Amino acid sequence: MEIVAKDCLAPRIVRLVVKAPRIAAKAQPGHFVVVRLNDRAERIPLTIADFDRAAGTITLIIQEVGKSTAMINAMEPGQSFADVLGPLGTPYPIEKVGTVVGVAGGLGAAPLYPKVKALYEAGNRVIVILGAQRRELLILMEELRAVSHELIVATDDGSYGEHGLVTVPLRRVLEREKVDEVIAIGPVPMMDACCRITRELNVKTVVSLNAVMVDGTGMCGGCRVTVGGQSKFCCVDGPAFDGLQVDFAELRQRQRYYNAQEREAYQAHQHGMEGCRCRAK
Amino acid sequence: MPRQVMPKQDPAERSRNFGEVALGFTPEQAAAEAARCLNCKKRFCVQGCPVEVDIPDFIQLLKAGDPAGAAAKIKEKNSLPAICGRVCPQESQCEKECILAKKGEPIAIGGLERFVADYAAEQAGGTVRPAKALPYRAAIIGAGPAGLTAAADLALQGFDVTIFESLHEAGGVLQYGIPQFRLPKEIVGREVEYIKQLGVKLETSVLVGQTVTVPELLEQGFQTIFIGTGAGLPYFLNVPGENLNGVYSANEFLTRVNLMKAYRFPEYDTPVRIGERVAVVGGGNVAMDAARTSLRLGAKAVYIVYRRSEEELPARYEEIENAKEEGIIFRLLTNPVRIIGDEQGVVQALECIRMELGEPDRSGRRRPVAVPGSEFQFPVDSVIVAIGQGPNPVLLRNTTGLQLNERGYIQADPETLATSIPGVFAGGDIVTGAATVIAAMGAGKKAARRMVEYCKQKYPNG
Ligand SMILES: Cc1cc2nc3c(=O)[nH]c(=O)nc-3n(C[C@H](O)[C@H](O)[C@H](O)COP(=O)(O)OP(=O)(O)OC[C@H]3O[C@@H](n4cnc5c(N)ncnc54)[C@H](O)[C@@H]3O)c2cc1C
Ligand SMILES: Cc1cc2nc3c(=O)[nH]c(=O)nc-3n(C[C@H](O)[C@H](O)[C@H](O)COP(=O)(O)OP(=O)(O)OC[C@H]3O[C@@H](n4cnc5c(N)ncnc54)[C@H](O)[C@@H]3O)c2cc1C
Ligand code: SF4
Ligand code: SF4
Ligand code: FES
Repeated sequence: MEIVAKDCLAPRIVRLVVKAPRIAAKAQPGHFVVVRLNDRAERIPLTIADFDRAAGTITLIIQEVGKSTAMINAMEPGQSFADVLGPLGTPYPIEKVGTVVGVAGGLGAAPLYPKVKALYEAGNRVIVILGAQRRELLILMEELRAVSHELIVATDDGSYGEHGLVTVPLRRVLEREKVDEVIAIGPVPMMDACCRITRELNVKTVVSLNAVMVDGTGMCGGCRVTVGGQSKFCCVDGPAFDGLQVDFAELRQRQRYYNAQEREAYQAHQHGMEGCRCRAK
Repeated sequence: MPRQVMPKQDPAERSRNFGEVALGFTPEQAAAEAARCLNCKKRFCVQGCPVEVDIPDFIQLLKAGDPAGAAAKIKEKNSLPAICGRVCPQESQCEKECILAKKGEPIAIGGLERFVADYAAEQAGGTVRPAKALPYRAAIIGAGPAGLTAAADLALQGFDVTIFESLHEAGGVLQYGIPQFRLPKEIVGREVEYIKQLGVKLETSVLVGQTVTVPELLEQGFQTIFIGTGAGLPYFLNVPGENLNGVYSANEFLTRVNLMKAYRFPEYDTPVRIGERVAVVGGGNVAMDAARTSLRLGAKAVYIVYRRSEEELPARYEEIENAKEEGIIFRLLTNPVRIIGDEQGVVQALECIRMELGEPDRSGRRRPVAVPGSEFQFPVDSVIVAIGQGPNPVLLRNTTGLQLNERGYIQADPETLATSIPGVFAGGDIVTGAATVIAAMGAGKKAARRMVEYCKQKYPNG
């Protein structure tokens, strides 16, 4: 599975276009892949951020947060993944529902993009709220603008767009007009905060959960999340779920379980490693 | 002459390493054991083997000093002898039927099979018979023992065979489930290599039902398909606290350690966290494997928590003995009711209730009933749930027209293994529910035979 193009979207955030004709032929918004970089690597899940069936490629957008993502982001066109498995998960249903608000926190713009693109093309009124910590971490702004009727941008430090968290414009839009559905994707605390608002205002909300995975095929049960008091396998039943029913506290705790080992691996790896050039920024 | 006893690694030593526990017969032992065989006219032993290995014949060849010939003889019926010799429940199959079993000393057929297979492997390659090519293409879904066997047999018949496997390695449970110390992965790799030498193409990282579907494979020119996707869906207890950190399904735990090699972290990237005290819930082979793996990862105390008594433990006797020798603690007639976590959401203790055996249930075993008010807790860092597996829904839910039985497994004709879709056959755990390696291989074999007949009948001109 060869990388055919690469660019840096932001510091430590890389976009890779990967040759994967079989996966591209089947990809739909909401799908993800599990990749393994080499024979010693972990299997890690990554969203299919875009796909081109004609060219037989899929697009991945990866943020460096640890050893595996650092190694992936250091790869260059011409190099290949040992394995790319997909498309995995249950695709996101694309229907004409009316008005949809998409909220993206940081890297959440990557999984949000294919969904709002499809919803926009299906004739929905689409409002996108894009947030990040600071200006240079905003990704896919132009792409999202092209598939929405309104784009609101917010940064935590006010370096671009509105000053503050995405929840502020979210509440404003929901109080301003009738919204049929909210899709919120980003870090767990951000999705949790969005769902608190939509629960209060009683608006249907979908989130995309990033549980720790191994196989991604429903075989290990490691990706269990609690939704509506029931245990679900994120990789097969999701990754999209009804946000108003998700136990976010449990998800956050489960994501942290391997932090000590992950840090150890990351530090050992960083020793004498350069990484992608975008890290320097 | 008594039955030869296979040498094993010392328990104190082996419970801290991942090296193979049973070391295999020496050539002298193998010769002595082979000499005991009576070469019976009525071949009871053969009837006990689900794939009908010609046991007396291979033993006679071994006795005559021709281990290579013996290996070839076994391979006529069994394409994975080094694996079966290690993990078959021989005591309830071939060895149970051996005439000498009556006196309590059956021929160590499994041990001899292993010896012969390992010997042949060392003597480079083995014989690969080129088959006359037939104009048929078969797709095999799942590279477990059922799929590998079906693939090998079809290739030997001259079919053009492609295996599609969802994981990045072939072998199924042999690769991700059964631990290194019982079945070295090098051996699984060697057997897979052999099947590739027969001309079988292996495509890993293809999840059928998602990457490509069964109807699409038929459209792409595969005249016949075998589904051998196993029983890979882990069951949980459904008790409070099951999603705490430190609670693993046996599948996840064993996959991290075996397939992903977490026991060699950080050399390999996948981590596993087990702590000092581990409770494994269940009493089958899977539970024994999880418990013994936990010890090898450094746990100080490992408990098997099982709701019935020792007599009902479903694991092989040999594995229970091995576990006991290594110091696994058995908490029998005990059933978990709750898992308790600390403020970080990590397992801290397991709460159980004592059980006693009541009236026999439908399976004929005495049904365990809880003793009211007997709840107690004990501290643990990890809980591994090994109470069984079901059919994975991914392929099933994306294959319209595929009929399932009331338990959710694929409905296949017991004689032909044909499913409700013409040309599509199924076998192994995905039809029977969790069973054995050799039963899965038997199904693969049977299906292959039917697939050949099907193609010759349906497409007489290719
Ligand atoms: C369905 C899904 C889609 C995802 N899509 C993307 C994406 O498009 N782009 C992107 O950059 N990231 C995505 N992620 C997250 C990505 O998988 C993790 O960032 C990555 O696995 C971290 O690996 P690491 O070794 O670099 O970091 P580590 O240091 O190992 O871990 C850092 C953090 O990443 C998470 N993580 C670690 N291992 C895994 C694992 N095996 N599975 C899931 N999460 C893990 C944990 O929360 C951990 O604390 C997605 C996750 C899921 C479940
Ligand atoms: C821990 C453990 C220990 C065991 N010990 C023993 C033992 O000592 N002796 C014994 O005889 N038996 C033992 N068993 C049982 C035995 O391993 C199984 O009965 C046997 O492996 C079943 O073979 P199978 O080919 O039907 O399925 P599996 O071995 O489960 O193989 C199925 C394969 O299909 C793949 N697959 C699944 N879905 C798809 C899909 N949609 N597309 C593509 N590929 C797919 C899977 O990844 C897997 O590789 C043990 C089982 C376990 C879990
Ligand atoms: S395959 Fe299994 S049952 Fe058959 S002879 Fe060999 S060990 Fe015995
Ligand atoms: S029944 Fe026992 S003694 Fe007789 S041929 Fe078979 S293995 Fe040998
Ligand atoms: S990642 Fe293993 S079941 Fe979901």
